[in-house]
Amino acid sequence: MTSFLNKNRPPVFCPGCTHDRITKGLDKTMVDLGFRADNTVIVTDIGCSGLFDTFFNVHALHGVHGRALTYAAGLKLADPSLNVIVTMGDGGLGIGGAHVLAACRKNLDLTLIILNNFNFGMTGGQYSATTPTDAIVGSEFLNQAEIPIDICRVAKAAGATYVSRISGHDAGLSDELGRAIQHKGFSVVETLGMCTGRYTKKNQLTPKVIDSMIEEMPREGGVVEENMRPEYGERYRALAEEKGKFPEPLIIEKTYELKDPKRQEMVILGSAGMRIVTAGDIVCYAGIAAGLNASIKNDYNITVLRGQSVSEILLSPEKITYTGLESPAVVLALSDEGVQRRQKIFANLSADTFVLKEASVTIPDTPAQVEEIDFKPLKIRKPDWALASLGILAKKELVITRDMLESALKSRFNDKVYNLAMETINKVA
Amino acid sequence: MALAFMEGNEAVARGAMAAGCNFFAGYPITPATTIFNNMLKMLPPKGGICVQGEDEIASMGYCIGAAMAGKKVLTATSGPGISLYSEHISFAIGSEIPMVIADVQRLGPSTGSATRGADSDIQFLRWGSTSGVPVIVLAPKDVRDCYWLTVQAFNYAERFRCPVFIASNKEIGMTKESFDLDAVQLPELMERTQFKGEAFLPFEAEPDKAPPFLPIGGKTLVRQTSSTHGPDGYITIDPNTIADCQERLRKKIHAHREEISLVEENMVPGTDTLVISYGITSRAVEDAAAALAEKGRPVSTLSLKTLWPVPEQVLIRAAERFSRIVVIEMNLGQYVNDIRRILQGKQVDFYGQMNGVLIPPVKIMEAIEND
Repeated sequence: MTSFLNKNRPPVFCPGCTHDRITKGLDKTMVDLGFRADNTVIVTDIGCSGLFDTFFNVHALHGVHGRALTYAAGLKLADPSLNVIVTMGDGGLGIGGAHVLAACRKNLDLTLIILNNFNFGMTGGQYSATTPTDAIVGSEFLNQAEIPIDICRVAKAAGATYVSRISGHDAGLSDELGRAIQHKGFSVVETLGMCTGRYTKKNQLTPKVIDSMIEEMPREGGVVEENMRPEYGERYRALAEEKGKFPEPLIIEKTYELKDPKRQEMVILGSAGMRIVTAGDIVCYAGIAAGLNASIKNDYNITVLRGQSVSEILLSPEKITYTGLESPAVVLALSDEGVQRRQKIFANLSADTFVLKEASVTIPDTPAQVEEIDFKPLKIRKPDWALASLGILAKKELVITRDMLESALKSRFNDKVYNLAMETINKVA
Repeated sequence: MALAFMEGNEAVARGAMAAGCNFFAGYPITPATTIFNNMLKMLPPKGGICVQGEDEIASMGYCIGAAMAGKKVLTATSGPGISLYSEHISFAIGSEIPMVIADVQRLGPSTGSATRGADSDIQFLRWGSTSGVPVIVLAPKDVRDCYWLTVQAFNYAERFRCPVFIASNKEIGMTKESFDLDAVQLPELMERTQFKGEAFLPFEAEPDKAPPFLPIGGKTLVRQTSSTHGPDGYITIDPNTIADCQERLRKKIHAHREEISLVEENMVPGTDTLVISYGITSRAVEDAAAALAEKGRPVSTLSLKTLWPVPEQVLIRAAERFSRIVVIEMNLGQYVNDIRRILQGKQVDFYGQMNGVLIPPVKIMEAIEND
């Protein structure tokens, strides 16, 4: 291949625009590296740098402002054999800052060429994230109140493994792009250039001035030794390969018949750390093993180690439709926090409802039958109160039976935990 | 007899795996996070890729890149994430990038309530993109639906080359239920049509179809662009080319809307009222209808699984013999106006609730009896 440039769509940049040189420089790089068009993709976003994909006869993906790196990452993860080159202006750099940082941290094998020309050329020369404070741009005075970003410093701090800065007019541009592309990992090349249509009309910026700007800035030497580490894709695949086991769905066999199956609703009112959700699950397992349908929903704080933990469980021989509870058969009141979360239900419970209340818990007035249990003298610790309460229900044959409970515990826990759970249950049985 | 026991979000993940999904990118958000968690367990052992984006915008960007490399992609979020997805939803719609987006809806507006359900995003999913091109939105009512509708969503995404939404709800996504997994009949899998001709133009297609696909990275060069393009994938300002492309984007879904009309109906002879609902609310409607039948005032019910495109002909046929329609929604009326538009001349009554909890059957009975 002598050139990847698309003869039908020659570059259309303003006369003197540095982008034109970078287009030709990148073409030379790809020729020099012996690239193939069919495993190379140029990914671009919005602005004059976003025209790049149209000038080359390679695969192309042109997308939304600042997001080019995200498409590039998707492409590279999906097809690691691709050479992925991203062009982005200083506009895309600003709006897509989070993606630049993420790309630096990840270290996917992508090459980001930043075409920094110090302003938004396409929309009228407004200031960008790289506009000098003293520049005269199309944003009145706004740039005078901010400072420009040094993306090379940022990229290094964020973990990029290759960072360089070069003038778009430098004779060594093509070679530098080649070094960046050949680097395995995320490489950032910041090119500095002139926007002749906008920026240089009011600002003295020539290739010479750019050279002296680069002189004055910290020198960037390409490979960043202190950041060197495995490429993200390789690391990801190695880690993922260790995950060999596909999680099969939980299937619960019907193991016995209930004499008189009927719809049962149950609420467990507790707190974080009391294994309320586990107890709720066990009731469902028990129900399904007895041939019932089951549903459960849990209500707990987003700060999972504090606050209420409430489980609402439904068992029914019929299909479960509405999953809200209408008349619970059983309420386990195991903590004040839990009770407060559902205090409105107590006044409306039916006289048949069985409320098991731990001695330390206060509940509102209720027409339901209330039984109090004091777990402390039984030497049952708080995290086991919900489980112990299931033992009490099984003894009374409310919602679950002893057989149901034992078989649910067996299917939920390993032998050791099962034996511990049975110890707790036997304390109340 | 054996039953599976899982939450709706796990069922979405299992549906995706059954559909051959091999790429997921997402960002944690309650109540959708467990779809991500499940995909992270399920994809690696099958050689698929599952990553976390630096934000929702990036997650969609990763999905777009992977889909263009030929992957079958899923992402999952909730209302605040759909807000951020919006620019890339527009990209995927306009540039015909297949993907499935699960929206486990929560109570809005804005950050709203992370752990409270509502069908908040029904209009947002339809119109939350630039241009107004039709989209496909499917609404599961239970865990079983989450499973098979996700497979269906992948089929539609592949066939029509567009994003397809699963409009789930916290009340389904995070509720565990038992169901007979073995008895679920999954639809036959469809894959995007691969281009087989000589000269490939990435957006050349029949007037009412999606273009045949080739992946970025294959032997034939592929162009993809978010900008207004002609069949060749280059920017165009030619009004005729633009008009043809816009018309095709509309038609490829609109002309096939009857094939995308998924509903569940329970027509009871001799009834004069049809209750229309979708999603989790359809289950309370079933209870309300059963209770009303016991009271000697039976009604018929229609539960929509396809919300967009609106299943117009199904609605017209189903509603034909009824003098009264009652629409129930877990919001303050996002879909009822489309039903009024289609069933002009009928009495269409509405009950909606937006308070973070399920609509109880008794409220639905009141709405039906209160004519």
